[in-house]
Amino acid sequence: MQDLSNADCIVIQGSNMAECHPVAYQWVTEARLKGAKVIHIDPRFTRTSATADKHIPIRAGSDVVLLGALIKFILDNELYFKEYVVAYTNAATLVNEDFQDTEDLDGLFSGYDDELGSYAPDTWAYASSDGEGDESPGTIGGPAAGHEHGQSQSERSAGDQHGSGGPALEHARVLRDETLQDPNTVFQILKRHYARYTPEMVADTCGINVDDFNYLAKAVTENSGRERTTAFVYAVGWTQHTLGAQFIRTAAIVQLLLGNMGRPGGGIMALRGHASIQGSTDIPTLYNILPGYLAMPVAGLHDTWEDYVGAIGNKEQKGFWANADTYAVSLLKAWWGKAATAENDWRFDYLPRLSGAHGTYQTTMAMLDGEVEGYFLLGQNPAVGSAHGRMQRQAMAKLKWLVVRDFNMIESATFWKDGPEIASGELTTEGIETEVFFLPAAAHTEKSGSFTQTQRMLQWHHQAVQPPGDCQSELQFFFELGRRVRELLADSTDERDRPLLDLTWDYPADENGDPDAEAVLAEINGRHLTGDKAGQPLSAYTEMKADGSTDGGCWIYTGVYADGVNHAADRKPGQEQDLTALEWGWAWPANRRILYNRASADPEGKPWSERKKYIWWDEEQGRWTGHDVPDFVPDKAPSYRPEPGTGGAAGLAGDDPFVMQADGKGWLFAPKGMLDGPLPTHYEPQESPVRNPLYAQQSNPARKVFPRKDNLWSPSGDEPGADVYPFVFTTYRLTEHHTAGGMSRWLPYLSELQPEFFCEVSPELAAERGLENGGWATIVSGRAAIEARVMVTERMTPLVIRGRTIHQVGLPYHWGVGGNAVVSGDAANDLLGVALDPNVQIQESKAGSCDIVPGRRPTGEALLRLVAEYQSRAGSTVMTGNELRTGHPESTPDTRGG
Amino acid sequence: MDPKKTLLSWPVVRQLRSGDFLGRGPSVTSARTRGLEPRTSTADKVVQSVCPYCAVGCGQRVFVKDGRVVQIEGDPDSPVSRGRLCPKGSASEQLVNNPGRQRKALYRRPGGADWEPIELSTAVEMIAQRFVESRRRTWQDHDEHGRPLRRTMGIASLGGATLDNEENYLIKKLFTAAGAIQIENQARI
Repeated sequence: MQDLSNADCIVIQGSNMAECHPVAYQWVTEARLKGAKVIHIDPRFTRTSATADKHIPIRAGSDVVLLGALIKFILDNELYFKEYVVAYTNAATLVNEDFQDTEDLDGLFSGYDDELGSYAPDTWAYASSDGEGDESPGTIGGPAAGHEHGQSQSERSAGDQHGSGGPALEHARVLRDETLQDPNTVFQILKRHYARYTPEMVADTCGINVDDFNYLAKAVTENSGRERTTAFVYAVGWTQHTLGAQFIRTAAIVQLLLGNMGRPGGGIMALRGHASIQGSTDIPTLYNILPGYLAMPVAGLHDTWEDYVGAIGNKEQKGFWANADTYAVSLLKAWWGKAATAENDWRFDYLPRLSGAHGTYQTTMAMLDGEVEGYFLLGQNPAVGSAHGRMQRQAMAKLKWLVVRDFNMIESATFWKDGPEIASGELTTEGIETEVFFLPAAAHTEKSGSFTQTQRMLQWHHQAVQPPGDCQSELQFFFELGRRVRELLADSTDERDRPLLDLTWDYPADENGDPDAEAVLAEINGRHLTGDKAGQPLSAYTEMKADGSTDGGCWIYTGVYADGVNHAADRKPGQEQDLTALEWGWAWPANRRILYNRASADPEGKPWSERKKYIWWDEEQGRWTGHDVPDFVPDKAPSYRPEPGTGGAAGLAGDDPFVMQADGKGWLFAPKGMLDGPLPTHYEPQESPVRNPLYAQQSNPARKVFPRKDNLWSPSGDEPGADVYPFVFTTYRLTEHHTAGGMSRWLPYLSELQPEFFCEVSPELAAERGLENGGWATIVSGRAAIEARVMVTERMTPLVIRGRTIHQVGLPYHWGVGGNAVVSGDAANDLLGVALDPNVQIQESKAGSCDIVPGRRPTGEALLRLVAEYQSRAGSTVMTGNELRTGHPESTPDTRGG
Repeated sequence: MDPKKTLLSWPVVRQLRSGDFLGRGPSVTSARTRGLEPRTSTADKVVQSVCPYCAVGCGQRVFVKDGRVVQIEGDPDSPVSRGRLCPKGSASEQLVNNPGRQRKALYRRPGGADWEPIELSTAVEMIAQRFVESRRRTWQDHDEHGRPLRRTMGIASLGGATLDNEENYLIKKLFTAAGAIQIENQARI
């Protein structure tokens, strides 16, 4: 975070950092005081814009066009960092001759399967060294264990597995043309792909004029290179789209071309919104991954241990993912202890198998279908915070039992008596058969444990007081639940209960008799199990073995408990350290603060410049050294060249800085891993008043859609009925509230500061619709109608898109309908439908279509009639917006669910 | 006349003598004001913590007196936040102490019109029983091709982004061993 102050230019896009991460913003302010240029690109003018050198308003969902144009500008004007690009990225790598671009296929890449609505990615692979097809061992682009189709990868949300490195490749032999002239090089493909992303296209798609684009392009390129670095900052304004992962990929291409990755003041900073949302991804409470980004096994793909190990990290690929078997065995040993042996494949058979997408939205729909009996809510309020609040509440009404663990009586705990569906008459309290348990939770001051903050740093918080009344930590509750479940099954002879009964579940008690959080951290870190060091903590994940002699619950966290010391609790004051502050907390992996920092030195190991010196090769010591923990094999010389074909960390050359990538290079072009294309391409949001100006293909053809009567969409572009919902709405957060309000709307201080739900509209839109500042407005989408106070403000800029004015409406989403909070109000997320990014199954909540009219919404049945009347006027059917292929005469409606 | 009140205690004289010429400082304080001390200086102990709201991870100092949190302030030692907190972080004492906070377990029976009190231990036992029963009813050994599934699709969970790593670890471990796979959190949203 502090490293932002080293930047010479900072582009904040898809984030309102000054208001949503205000304390981190001090580092942007520091950079600016030192002369850095700060540019804020956002639909709204906010406090971030007010403190930036320039605010550039953008139409929500059009970011790939703007960043794609930046790529074109860099390539056309030869402003890329040539030595960095040739040595450290895959620009010179040759791609399969069969690859076809969206420019060739009007918005599709080669390999699209109309039947499945997803891609077979084989043609995106790197070219093979023997000139044969991609089945030969010369191809590294194919999946390591067979050619897994995008449909299957999407269902297991395979994109999430790249949270700590790139996808597996079969081996590390590639063909390269370092002159970058071969038409099949990534570099030339990139040039052709973005050829039409011109400043004029930016004006016509994003609503950004040519001067503003040139300002951005100049600022970013003038502040990149040997002497200078530019940083990008984003938040959920980039992720919550049907091509959200590709927004971030586009920024990654810009940063690799400009040589800004792995260097001080560079990189792409993800600003996450919850205290341990990074931690809950690393040690995932997510369906598709195991701790440390190991895949959850999938039926049919990973039926045996051999299948699984081959798929997660091939021994012949470069880098540290080649050791994935040691990480997986250590995890299974941590969970099943002595019961996990080489003979029984470490109890790999104890892991449940996926057979499709089982994300939170698919689970919600399964609840509606009566397939889910019990649901735990652990500090989360989906009735307000998830997309399509109506669907969430109606789904919970179908459960047999629900456990809500929270501080306060959130709307998800009380929907059965005071939810909007009770008010509208759709549900009745006595008709809801759900049994609800409310269990009060302990606060951060009432328990010890670690949060992992947004830059991968674990920080321990110490228990200050005892939890009051019945309040319990999740550690207490789940330890106790596990104990009781095991007790109930203790006499079972059923084979299905073995994984629970064999589970290691014996944590020592702390001084209060509760499970000791530090003992859990020690298990996560891992131990030696045999030999002289038996029982001692591991110091680094490189010590993990695949022979059962080590355990460890999350390999990327190994080292946090090195030598038996809780390094998450390291607290040497910042003022006694340099800016990197390695002795405050502990960052994974290996306490490294900037990833891929080998790239901060040139191929010979010398700093690119004195000004941007960070990690370098110390010839005398024969080691890498500098201001951070080097992200490289510590004694591998820059001149080192492995025998061709060597796999694993030994296969990395002395100038391969991207040590978690299977070829050691930063990927401009992703031969594998992205399910909606190897290069980011602009598609319109699921709902958009604008037709895609680049391709007949309107929206991401690989997105996940759910054609259902309770999930109708507005027609888009020039489809009839699109004018019924003529405006764009986008949701956001305020400084004074926290997501769905569970930790803020019950606090009098914060409720007083932001008491009421409101919508932001421009004076022009207010005049057009007769909206009065301080009055009421009703906002109608294809799913719901809600009411909000009107704030008329010039902070909202009407954008001119190809001669037509597009208005955007801003909606903070913190409020919900219920009787218990200090402040309540309609929930903006009720307006949203469910359509997902195929890589990570995240919903599109930053861009939707709506209408806005003056006055309060009707109540009771009249509210339902209003929504239905709009749907009927727009002619929306279950197929509206759900045809994956568009603009092609041969295209047929898609009738399957996601 | 109060013998302690002399000419010297006249307000104007007090102002002049103490250098408080505008009469807004010590010359006008009451005995009660003079006796006030900040909660931070009378605390029994100060505990280092981390803000529970967003992911910046600002350092907090938790001031405790008589087993109760009396104040939470920014930790100046933190190299990330350097002592600063935003409005949410500054309000976190109220997150802990707010009178509306639920401190008791509650139960709503199927079709019930309102909450009923329940013993925590009874509630946890009932949940454990329902967990085991739902798991049994919805168990899947194999898919239609005979490939192992070894799971239940009848139990789901949402939440974790506000919890500790150690808590997420136990949640994932227990649910995975039980065969429950629909375990999700805010990171998907």
